[in-house]
Amino acid sequence: MADDKELRPAHVPKRQQSIFQPIYDSQIWQSIFRHGWMDNDRNRALVIITNVFMHLHPVRIRKSGVMLSFTWCMGGLSFFLFLVETVTGVLLMFYYRPTAEYAYVDIVALREHVPLGLFREMHRWGAHAMVIIVWLHMFRVFLTGSYKPPREFNWNVGVILLVLTLLLSFTGYLLPWDQLAIWAVTVGTNMARATPLLGHEGPGAMFIKVGDISLVHAGSDVRFGLLGGRFVGEATLLRFYVLHCVAIPLGAAVLMAVHFWRIRKDGGISGPM
Amino acid sequence: MEAASDTLKMIINKICEPEPFFILMVLWCFASVIWADKWVKPKIAFTMMGAFFLLYLFSLTDSNFYSIATKGDNIPIIAMLFMSVYFTWLGFWRGVENDKRKAEGRPMIEEEGKEVKVLVWPHLIYIEFIVGIFCTALLVVWSIVIMAPLEEPASSAATPNPSKAPWYFLGLQEMLVYFDPWMAGVVAPSLIIVGLMAIPYLDKNPKGNGYYTIKERWFAISFFNFGYLVLWMALIFLGTVMRGPNWNFFGPFDYWDVHKQPVLNNLNLSELFFIKTLDMGLPEHWLKREALGIALTVIYLFVLPVLFDKVPFFKIGEFFKKMRIEMGAVRYYTFIFLFLTMMSLPIKMVLRWTVNLKYVVAIPEYFFNI
Repeated sequence: MADDKELRPAHVPKRQQSIFQPIYDSQIWQSIFRHGWMDNDRNRALVIITNVFMHLHPVRIRKSGVMLSFTWCMGGLSFFLFLVETVTGVLLMFYYRPTAEYAYVDIVALREHVPLGLFREMHRWGAHAMVIIVWLHMFRVFLTGSYKPPREFNWNVGVILLVLTLLLSFTGYLLPWDQLAIWAVTVGTNMARATPLLGHEGPGAMFIKVGDISLVHAGSDVRFGLLGGRFVGEATLLRFYVLHCVAIPLGAAVLMAVHFWRIRKDGGISGPM
Repeated sequence: MEAASDTLKMIINKICEPEPFFILMVLWCFASVIWADKWVKPKIAFTMMGAFFLLYLFSLTDSNFYSIATKGDNIPIIAMLFMSVYFTWLGFWRGVENDKRKAEGRPMIEEEGKEVKVLVWPHLIYIEFIVGIFCTALLVVWSIVIMAPLEEPASSAATPNPSKAPWYFLGLQEMLVYFDPWMAGVVAPSLIIVGLMAIPYLDKNPKGNGYYTIKERWFAISFFNFGYLVLWMALIFLGTVMRGPNWNFFGPFDYWDVHKQPVLNNLNLSELFFIKTLDMGLPEHWLKREALGIALTVIYLFVLPVLFDKVPFFKIGEFFKKMRIEMGAVRYYTFIFLFLTMMSLPIKMVLRWTVNLKYVVAIPEYFFNI
């Protein structure tokens, strides 16, 4: 760009004309990158401002805020792992059918027959790593007191994101449809039986009735709604699949946008006042 | 050599029983805050971490521990333990350093070059980039080396023993030993979420905003660490490594014997009171039977907070009174309610271990047991 020359400090030598200069000057290149090549502060700022992905960041940041020992990079890693999970998850969806008949054999086929079927491993280990890293992110934010004003609301968004991370992991746990999956989810969802008022073995549920007819029973309580049946079965598999692949990721994505936006609006990475 | 290693294993098995394990974790949690400036010294901390790692390597030589620790889904838990220890140290180390600097009147680590702002490109982007590459590489290697677990096809007829929830919920499953599902599975998780969300509104301490410190927030940090490191992380570890068939307790080096019979002598408060103490039968009506338990619960949750505030129980009373004045009544009572609910787990644990108490209030007629 023309103004690079003007902004170049006197001690910086002029850059050699690149053999690709015609490409940089072309209308196509210039329409994509709205900043020049030169390493000057103006272009460094433009890289961030003119890029939809980069502009999640501010242009400038407090020096103490970039220290790895301050942030542990846990927030960034949580988001990065969410992206890894999205990519590997989409790949998995090509090979996986959420029915009792096919689910397990599809997973076996993925392991045995699909070239580079490694993405199931990446998806599972990435999910475990994400849970741990989100917890450590919360720990870091607590230790630095970064939830204090003006960041109270963003801490709350973070708590919901933490819950969504656990729910994502939990719904995904069922999908391989093996013994590990079905019984872990059975143990987990059995708790819902005991929901006060809404579960058929929960305190107070027996008082919700019309005449002699109980309204909250094994075929109508909150657990039934969650599982789509009285036991973990095919309906549960489909429910958890849809929750896992569509509903919760969409919710998490929206909240993540809010989370990142609020970091900026609340004054960037926290630091001493 | 053989004998020495057996003795060591026996000692560790004993230490890992729920009672000493939990008590040690609690002690560590508060000692780590009180003596933060002692143990965070890199030499001491890294010696401890090294010893911890050596202990782990030694444990792997035991076939029983090896079979648990190398199970696919359990590997992240072991990694999480080491990471928790390391990052706790890192946070505390920076906190202690800041406290020291403050006492000497020097600027804190975060205050150095406070007015200097660096450009995100390249100063932050390259850190994110390197971390991302490192993480991807680690994940790929991890995926190549260790296969994702896949057991036999799902069958509702064959219940595995033990049936465990996914590992991140094992703290809640451990709670089931002490509480009914409606508490452990529904009320407790909901209150954890509510409690976490309430933290910024309850913590009125203006200090420690945006930098590591221990001294200025010693209460908040010990309290949070108790919930996070002990009641969550440590219970996950306990649930993974030390809970075997029928959710019986096994030491890390014990063989998971399906036929182990635990002593079942837990009694409800009503039984302890009417049968054991008064030597008479249980009253017919549940209200009469459980009146004592209900009264105790109500006192615990609703009278105790007022007592804390009004009656000077030595230093504790003053502490809570000061807290009420600083926080205001609404915040104080919300906090104390959440605090007491959280403390009900360790209290119930202690009561179980000492007097074999099963339920304080037991009304199975209405699925209402506390």
